[in-house]
Amino acid sequence: MGSNLATSAATAPDFAARASIALADDGLRRKFRRAMDGLMTKRAAQFPDPEAWTSLRARGAAIRRRSLARLPQLLEQLETRCRANGIQVHWAETSADADRIIQGILTDHGVRTLIKGKSMVSEEIHLNDFLAEHSISAVESDLGEFVIQLAHETPSHIIMPCIHKSKEDVATLFRDHIPNQAYTDDVDALTATARRVLREQFAGADAGLSGVNFAIAETGTLCLVENEGNGRLSTTLPPLHVAVMGLEKVVERLEDVPPLLSLLTRSATGQAITTYVNFISSPRKEGEQDGPREVHLVLLDNGRTRIFGDPQLQETLACIRCGACMNHCPVYTRVGGHAYDAVYPGPIGKILTPQIDGLATAGDLPHASSLCGACGEVCPVAIPIPNLLVRLRGEAAHQNSASTVMGAGARHSSVEDWVWRGWRLMHQVPLFYRVATRVLTRIGNAMPASLPMLNAWTSVRTKPRFARRPLNELVRSRGFDHE
Amino acid sequence: MIPIPEKPDTFYFFGTCLIDLFYPEAGLAGMELLRRQGIRVVFPSGQSCCGQPARNCGFAEEARAVARQQVQSFPKPWPIVVPSGSCAGMMREHYPELFAGEADEAEARAFAGRVYELTWFLVHVCKIALSDRGEPVRVTFHGSCHSQREMGVREEPRALLRDLANVTFVDLQRPAECCGFGGTFSVRLPAVSGAMVADKVADIAATGAAEVLSGDCGCLLNISGAMAKSGTPGRARHIAEFLMERCYGK
Ligand code: SF4
Repeated sequence: MGSNLATSAATAPDFAARASIALADDGLRRKFRRAMDGLMTKRAAQFPDPEAWTSLRARGAAIRRRSLARLPQLLEQLETRCRANGIQVHWAETSADADRIIQGILTDHGVRTLIKGKSMVSEEIHLNDFLAEHSISAVESDLGEFVIQLAHETPSHIIMPCIHKSKEDVATLFRDHIPNQAYTDDVDALTATARRVLREQFAGADAGLSGVNFAIAETGTLCLVENEGNGRLSTTLPPLHVAVMGLEKVVERLEDVPPLLSLLTRSATGQAITTYVNFISSPRKEGEQDGPREVHLVLLDNGRTRIFGDPQLQETLACIRCGACMNHCPVYTRVGGHAYDAVYPGPIGKILTPQIDGLATAGDLPHASSLCGACGEVCPVAIPIPNLLVRLRGEAAHQNSASTVMGAGARHSSVEDWVWRGWRLMHQVPLFYRVATRVLTRIGNAMPASLPMLNAWTSVRTKPRFARRPLNELVRSRGFDHE
Repeated sequence: MIPIPEKPDTFYFFGTCLIDLFYPEAGLAGMELLRRQGIRVVFPSGQSCCGQPARNCGFAEEARAVARQQVQSFPKPWPIVVPSGSCAGMMREHYPELFAGEADEAEARAFAGRVYELTWFLVHVCKIALSDRGEPVRVTFHGSCHSQREMGVREEPRALLRDLANVTFVDLQRPAECCGFGGTFSVRLPAVSGAMVADKVADIAATGAAEVLSGDCGCLLNISGAMAKSGTPGRARHIAEFLMERCYGK
């Protein structure tokens, strides 16, 4: 039942409405709370020493900043190296371009079934739907993705896509969608079923698709982490492998990878290292027994170049998609991933989605935060997420023709402008401030609770009570120096 | 890590706009506590608000104008003590970026470097020694997000409470979690904010404390309002008021 509500939540018009629907689902809230608690505990256990954490994080942050500083050069180098290694490189400016490129490659090779390792970029470009229109069936092989594909849903978390599902939900889905499958909520039995079904899919797939965690410019290598072995199977078993990545994922050197890997897996799932770490440098070579005959790399821009153009917002691109910011977010924990109605939910989604999709459609997301700072605190590459949220709030509220953010000014309101102008006047001119605090403390309590903002406040709280006299008045009578 | 300064002869007190309007007693208690540590307290009358509400909503220009008024109202090189980790965080962490490229950037930076949170200042600079004169009581503490994450205040208020002989301090199960205030967040997304504060109130109630203390009046406004609305027993007030009452009988 959680899924029904979660799905309907995704169709409500704005975050506030979707969040309210999600909040009404107690089961969903409990599931997210429990799961996020578990992830936070596991992560904390991986960073027991604050000094070691600080220094590792500083290294990771520096590597990502250094990579971004030379992004255009590194991408060129990556392309050259990959080509030299026999990996074919394609550039996609938009999601639609990426879809067409991938479909083109698959069609050229007569592919009917594609087996997929987990890839958030493939979600970003809505690849499965596009391929289905071209009679290519894409099968998700990551267990979580497999489950939500059966349910016709989208991921609710970037690392744990089906975190909103209970084992009972999965048991029902399997019974309904997998032939001859009786209902069982035994986790081992469910996993065994998924394994059996997916093995057949692996054996029959014409091509494999994967994401990329890091692409190494100096060697032309694609690095991919995973726990289920499905990533390795997807990238080695079928004769054709297509990798798709956001163009920000490039790093300069091979030696940049270990610190980032360590930060990624510890932050994401609380693992010192994942079960599988794949380094893919070429298709099958002469005399080799296995591996794909062809490897293609699709580099997706989809607004990233625009983000790169702004020195502050560029920080968004440092992200290594560990998901720690959502695991620690008090808003995400309560509303779940679908309330964001975005491919990337949680704090990273709140800064990334408005920049990719524009502030006209996603301009409310930067406000879906109390600015508590938990995200920025745990981010393994030190992205100042709260500051970027504030920046995007400003971009949405101000019409500015020089802005590079898509949809700047989309949420501009003259009323809000006047409110802040008034606020400024009251707090900038000492006389006004003293008069205002005097007046408010004397008559403020007579304000009707039906005022719009007060109304929202009193939905769960009592009306705030103004003091009888402001501090600035009282200090004089208590003999403090006031100059 | 904020470097610990020498104990000054004189310092400034920044009262905050929320204290002016809702909790003047907390401001007075903070000033009195400091005065009793043998330092002269000066309250500049040009002060108003740190500017955080506008800054957080993306109105940097308005925030800067108000921030500038604060910078100009505290001209002497004395430390500035603030009974709110959130306002202190705004001034220490965000003034430098707010004034970047402005003619008075250096002044704003110097101002930012003089800002301290009250409990931190009491513990590290005043090295306050408290003697408890109150009845036995059980209390808990809620630290604001910005006091913890921007000002690094975590153990200080707890240490002050643990020092009191007749006070049993019980920590929250989730001491680092946001109470859901977030300024305009509380009215822009009342349902989410409401869910957050409901969880916070439940956490507080589970400690069995008669009082929940905090160093931030925004959180207090939120938490006390939610406690009253939900009929949760217990009192919520600023830690400075509590310390004054216990150790100096007000
Ligand atoms: S923003 Fe930071 S914490 Fe969030 S997913 Fe990216 S790297 Fe991880």
